[in-house]
Amino acid sequence: MRILGFLLRKEFLQILRNPSVIYIVFQSLIIQMLILPFAANFEMKNINLSIVDNDHSTYSQQLINKITSSGYFILTDYSPHYPQALKAIEDNKADLIVEIPEGFERDLVKNQKTDIFLSVNAISGTKGGLAASYTSSIITDFNADIRETLIQSSRFNSLPELEIVPENWFNPYMNYRLYMVPGILVMLLTTIGGNLTSSNIVKEKEIGTMEQINVSPIKKMDFILSKLIPFWIIGMIVLTLGLIIAYIVYDIVPLGSYFTIYVFGAIYLVAMLGFGLLISTYSDTQQQSQFISFFFTLIFNMLCGLYTPISSMPQWAQDMAIFNPLRYFVEVMRDVVLKGSQFSDLLYQLIAIISFAVIFNVWAVINYKKRS
Amino acid sequence: MKQFRAFIKKEFFHIFRDWRTLLLLIGIPVAQITILGFAVTDEIKNSEIAIFDEANDATSQNLEGRFRASKYFHVVDMFHSTSQIDEAFRKGTVKLVVVFPKNLREDLMHGNKAQIQLVADASDPNMATIIAGYASAIIMDYQLEITDNIPYVIETKLRMLYNPELKGAYNFVPGVMGMVLMLICAMMTAVSIVREKELGTMEVLLVSPLKPFMIIVAKAVPFMVLSLVNVAIILLLSVYALNVPIMGSTTLLVFESFLFIIASLALGMVISTLANTQQTAMMMSIVILMVPTMMLSGYIYPIENMPVILQWVSHIVPAKWYVNIVKAVMIKGLGIESVIKENIILLGFIVLLTAITVYRFKIRLE
Repeated sequence: MRILGFLLRKEFLQILRNPSVIYIVFQSLIIQMLILPFAANFEMKNINLSIVDNDHSTYSQQLINKITSSGYFILTDYSPHYPQALKAIEDNKADLIVEIPEGFERDLVKNQKTDIFLSVNAISGTKGGLAASYTSSIITDFNADIRETLIQSSRFNSLPELEIVPENWFNPYMNYRLYMVPGILVMLLTTIGGNLTSSNIVKEKEIGTMEQINVSPIKKMDFILSKLIPFWIIGMIVLTLGLIIAYIVYDIVPLGSYFTIYVFGAIYLVAMLGFGLLISTYSDTQQQSQFISFFFTLIFNMLCGLYTPISSMPQWAQDMAIFNPLRYFVEVMRDVVLKGSQFSDLLYQLIAIISFAVIFNVWAVINYKKRS
Repeated sequence: MKQFRAFIKKEFFHIFRDWRTLLLLIGIPVAQITILGFAVTDEIKNSEIAIFDEANDATSQNLEGRFRASKYFHVVDMFHSTSQIDEAFRKGTVKLVVVFPKNLREDLMHGNKAQIQLVADASDPNMATIIAGYASAIIMDYQLEITDNIPYVIETKLRMLYNPELKGAYNFVPGVMGMVLMLICAMMTAVSIVREKELGTMEVLLVSPLKPFMIIVAKAVPFMVLSLVNVAIILLLSVYALNVPIMGSTTLLVFESFLFIIASLALGMVISTLANTQQTAMMMSIVILMVPTMMLSGYIYPIENMPVILQWVSHIVPAKWYVNIVKAVMIKGLGIESVIKENIILLGFIVLLTAITVYRFKIRLE
C-alpha cells in the first residue's frame, strides 16, 4: 500500500510536469464535443435540386412550388433538358433531378395517370435514399390534393382510406444530436483510455526507465494500479466535462440518472485502461503502441452501432460486435439519456462491461513480465 | 545522387525492420475495406418490430402477414397492452410497434376511413424515419390492392444514378483511400522525422554531405512507395471483393492518387518541423489530420448539412478535394476535364506546404 502511494505520487508528478498531454486531451475533448455533433449530421437539409420542366403548366408550377417550399431543397439548377441537368449532377451542383414530362397536366386530367421522373445521385446510399423518399412523399401529398379537387368537381364516391399515424417516442422532434452526443462522448472516452495508458508505459520502455522499475521491489499489481489510477481520474473528469458540455451546449439532460451513467463509466474506464495496458505489454515503441491502439479503436468504432445499426449487419459482424466493449457503453449511454433506462433494464450490458474490465486487466497483468 | 540513394536505402531498412508497424500499415486499409464493405451497410433490414393487434379481424391479419413476409422486418412479439410498448422500447428489444385499432375493418369498409398507428422508437431519428417509411409502404400497397382504380395517379419513376443497388461501398471506398493515404504519408513521415530528432540521430544526418532538404525528401520516398502499394491493394479489393468497378481511367486515378500522396507528404513534413517529440507529432497528426479527414471530407457525413463555418473549414482539408476527384473518376467515370479545379487546388497545397517546410526547416540545432 505504501509503495503504491509512492508510485502514484511519481505518476502524478510526471503528468503534471509535462502537462502537454493533458492539454491535448482536454482540447480534443472540447473541440470534438463542439464540432463533431454538428458535423455528424445525417438529417438531410439543403439537398441541391435540379428541375427539368418540360410541361410548363399550372400543375407543374404548383408541384415545383410545393417541392421548393418544403425546406429540404435548394433549387440550384433549372435546366431545359435532362442532359444538362445530368451535367449539374456530374459537377456536384445538384443531388437530385425532378423531371416533369411534357403533357404532365393533360395526361393527369384526361388519362387519369401521368409519370414523373426522379434521378438521384446515389453514391451515398443514405443520402440518396432520404432525398428520394422526401421527394416521393411530397409528390404523393401533391397527388392527394389534386385528386381531392378533381374528385370533388366530378362527384366521385370517396374511397376507403387507411390513414397512417406515426408516433415518435423518446425523441419526438427527431433531434439527431440527442442521439449522437452521448455516443460521441463514449468514443472520446475510448480513445483517451486506450491511448494514454499504452503510450505512457511504452515510453518508460523506450526511454529505459522500465529497467529501474523492474529491478525494484515493486509488485506487478502495484505497478499496474499506479498506471491505471491517474488515467482513471482523468477519464472521470473527461466524462464529467463531456456531460457538462452536453448540458450547456446541447441542452441534453439524461432522462435516467447521472448515477447510472457514472457507475457504468467508472467500470468502462477500467476496461479500456486495461486494454491500453494490454497493448503496451505487446509493443516496444510508442509508434507500435499508437498504431495498434489506432487499429483496434478504428474497428471498435466501426462496429459499435454509433453510425450504422448493428442489427442490419451480417451475422459474422454481429458476432464480432459481441466482443466490442464500446458497443455496450454506447447502448447504455443512449438508453439512459434518451429512454431513462435503469440498472434493471441494462443488466446484460453491465455484465458484459464488467467481464471486459476483468479479462483485459488480468490478461495484462499476466502478460506483463518483469524480465525482458 | 549516390548519397541520396544510400539515404533512401536506410529509410527502407527502418520500415522493414519494424515489421509490426509495417503489418498494421497494410492491415488498416484491408480491415477497413472489409468491415465497411461487408459489415456496414446503408440498407436497414431485419428490424425488430412488434404488432399490437386490437382489431383481430381479416384486415389486420392480412397486414400482419405482409409484415411477417417482408425482409425489412422481423416480427418478434405480439403485444396485448400499451404498457408493453414502453417496456420493450426501454429494453431495446423492438424498434417499431404497429398498432391496429379496434374495428379496423369495419371503419375501413363502412366509414371509408381507418387509422393505423406506427409507434417508433425515435431515439435514432434516421432509423425511425426509414423503418416507418418501409412500414407505410407495406400499408399503402395493401390499400392499393383493396381499392382498384384510384383515379388521377401521379406515378413516380425513380432512378438511382451511379449506384442503383445503394451499396455503401460506392461512398466509402474514395473516403478510405483519402484516409489511408493521409495516415501513411503525413502521419508516418512526420513521426519518423521527429523520431530522429528525439533520439538525437538527426544531428548525424545534418552533418552528412547531403543537402538538408534532401534528407527529408529521402524520408518521404519509402512512404510514397508504401502508399502506392496501398492504393493498389485498395483498388484491387474494391474491384474484386466489393464489385465496385473503376468507371473512369485507371491511369488517371493512379496519377491523381500520386498527386494527393505528394500533398500529404508535404503536410507530414510541415508537421515534422513543428513538433519535437513523437507523442506531439502523433497527437498533432490525429487532431489536425485524421479527425478533419474523417469528418470533413464528406466520407461519413455529407458536408452540405454542416454549419457554414464547418463548410469553410472543409475547403482547407486536402482530402476533401481528393475524395471528390476519386468519386468523379472512379464512380462517375468522368475524365480529367471535370476535375481541373480540384487538381489546381491540390497543386496549390503542394507548393504552399513545401514552401513552409523549406522556410521552417532548421539546419542548426538550437
